Amino acid sequence: MRYFLRRLVHAVFLLVGVSVLAFVFTVLAPGNYFDEMRLNPQIAPETIDALRTQYEVNRPLPIRYAHWVGSVLRGDMGFSFAYNSPVAPLLLVRARNTLLLTVTAMLLSWGLALPVGIWSAVHQGRMSDRLLSWGTAALMVIPDLALALGFLILAVKSGWFPTGGMVSLHFEDLSFLGRVRDLLLHMALPTAALVLSVLPLLVRHVRAAVSEVLDAPFLLAAEGHGIPPRTLLYRYALPAAANPLISLFGFSIGTLLSGSLLVEVVMSWPGLGPFLLEAILARDLYVVIGGVLLSTFFLVGGNFLADLLLYWADPRIRTETSS
Amino acid sequence: MRGRRAISNWVLLLLALHAIVILAGFFAPYDPAEQDRKSPYLPPMQIHFVDAQRHFHARPFVYPLRLREGAFDQYEENTARHLPLRFFVQGARYQLLGLVPIRMHLFGAENERVYLLGSDSYGRDQLSRFLYGGQVSLFAGLLGAGMTLLLGSSVGAIAGYYGGWRDDLLMRLAELFLALPWLYLLFALRAFLPLAVNPLQAFFLIIAVLGAVGWARPARLVRGVVMSAKERDFVRAARGFGATGGYLLRRHILPQTLSVLFTQVAILVPQFVLAEMTLSFLGLGVPDPVPSWGNLLSSLQQYSVLVSYWWMYLPALIMVPFFLGYLGLGSRLQEQGEPYKIGK
Repeated sequence: MRYFLRRLVHAVFLLVGVSVLAFVFTVLAPGNYFDEMRLNPQIAPETIDALRTQYEVNRPLPIRYAHWVGSVLRGDMGFSFAYNSPVAPLLLVRARNTLLLTVTAMLLSWGLALPVGIWSAVHQGRMSDRLLSWGTAALMVIPDLALALGFLILAVKSGWFPTGGMVSLHFEDLSFLGRVRDLLLHMALPTAALVLSVLPLLVRHVRAAVSEVLDAPFLLAAEGHGIPPRTLLYRYALPAAANPLISLFGFSIGTLLSGSLLVEVVMSWPGLGPFLLEAILARDLYVVIGGVLLSTFFLVGGNFLADLLLYWADPRIRTETSS
Repeated sequence: MRGRRAISNWVLLLLALHAIVILAGFFAPYDPAEQDRKSPYLPPMQIHFVDAQRHFHARPFVYPLRLREGAFDQYEENTARHLPLRFFVQGARYQLLGLVPIRMHLFGAENERVYLLGSDSYGRDQLSRFLYGGQVSLFAGLLGAGMTLLLGSSVGAIAGYYGGWRDDLLMRLAELFLALPWLYLLFALRAFLPLAVNPLQAFFLIIAVLGAVGWARPARLVRGVVMSAKERDFVRAARGFGATGGYLLRRHILPQTLSVLFTQVAILVPQFVLAEMTLSFLGLGVPDPVPSWGNLLSSLQQYSVLVSYWWMYLPALIMVPFFLGYLGLGSRLQEQGEPYKIGK
């Protein structure tokens, strides 16, 4: 229990730290949303001054931070200048779309990486293993951007997939099954681009972790006792290899979130990526802070999950904390 | 031994690739900003040795392109005319290595422009833009990695050597930076910096942002090495003889972090090149008249380009060898760092 609490406190501390950091950077930032407004002759300077006062742009930083924290606690997460609305509802819709993409990609990539990596480790040094490691190397050297753009060109040239967006225009008219199909079609390419961008790394790590355990003395001893290879692999080797893989799981969330940002912009998926980009270009600061904080929240949450899994999978941690 | 030779092979490959980019003025046939408004979106010209009459030519040549009958953006080869490629020709003036003004280019053709990778919307030569763009992207990566390692190793050295509250403070800060997905962090830092900047400012801005984004991981690695290095006997002996902290770090401890740092360079440079590409692709990096690998690809954000002008994608493919070189070197160096894994 103390282990969980410690991890939880740690996670909260990280979130607060990131938010403070983001706020400190906003002070250092030259220019803001209202400076752009000043260029517009149709807006009176008094209006801008009134807006500045309303949004407390002139107030000192600690007060703005305190107010912002209050607004986060109320569930608003600050105010978007450009949308003239609280940030949270805007952000949550996009975050849902981003999560739809990343969680699917996460499940798919781990679902592929585990069997492939294990298989590759068991057949170490054989032709198939070597072919596979060439394959992962080839995937690794293709930049994510090139991968996403390549898929887009494929979509355009073949016409098999929609070239962007999340749903078709006539989505509302479709039956339930039609909607699912439409959504899946739109998801296919962004998800594929995401999966392929993390897959090689995951496969390599799984292979390394499993092959290290396979060479360990305790496994040789178990083999010497005549335990069948299948039991050996599933009951002995895999639990021992779980520890580094669970840490990798936490790490892969960050990679996927970052990858998703880029893929979303390229494939015009209505997620956090395009939204954040738009906010950066419009200097809509609270949206940027909110987006960054939300992504940190996902990552920290994922790592927390990984910690819990680790506690469940690795008895060493349990004994460490109980003593 | 095998490992060492493999490393030097990868280094040679990388040196060759970088030499091509550094000497872009020579290898590129034209100035990257030179426009030819009459031939926008020209497809890549094919190099021929055998002409339409099946005659063999020792000197490679291309056919000039002309508009297809009745079309406004479709080109076809004009087989009536040859455009032989000349080597070591005089062309646009450029500064070799930024110092020597010369006019010699590796290849070119007389009177007309050759587009081996096609041209963009302004009729600029994509090959020249790719090579010059490599200067921006690769140097952003290299300098960014240099910044990161400088920052990271100083933080790591201070945290690891002095320990105590300094260690706590710096490592908590590092955790904050590691807690963010890196692209979000990159975006956030970029968001708080001026948007409209000239290309040179943008270049240094990107390097600064990259340095600020990446320092945490090398700092942690260096800290680990420093912490174990400072307890080694010869370091303790030197301390016993009255060596100061600065001297110990400089002379005995930091040299031990070198292999970690080299590995980090090989890992960080391609990541940072990618980061620069991403920023420039999204219009947050180096702006247009100056080419970079990112803004070279950004025209693909337009649907019409994606549909009709597939060769705008070619730069994405020819940059792959650069990433291959760094990946190969990085994984070799990592193996070297863990000697017990060699031979697996």
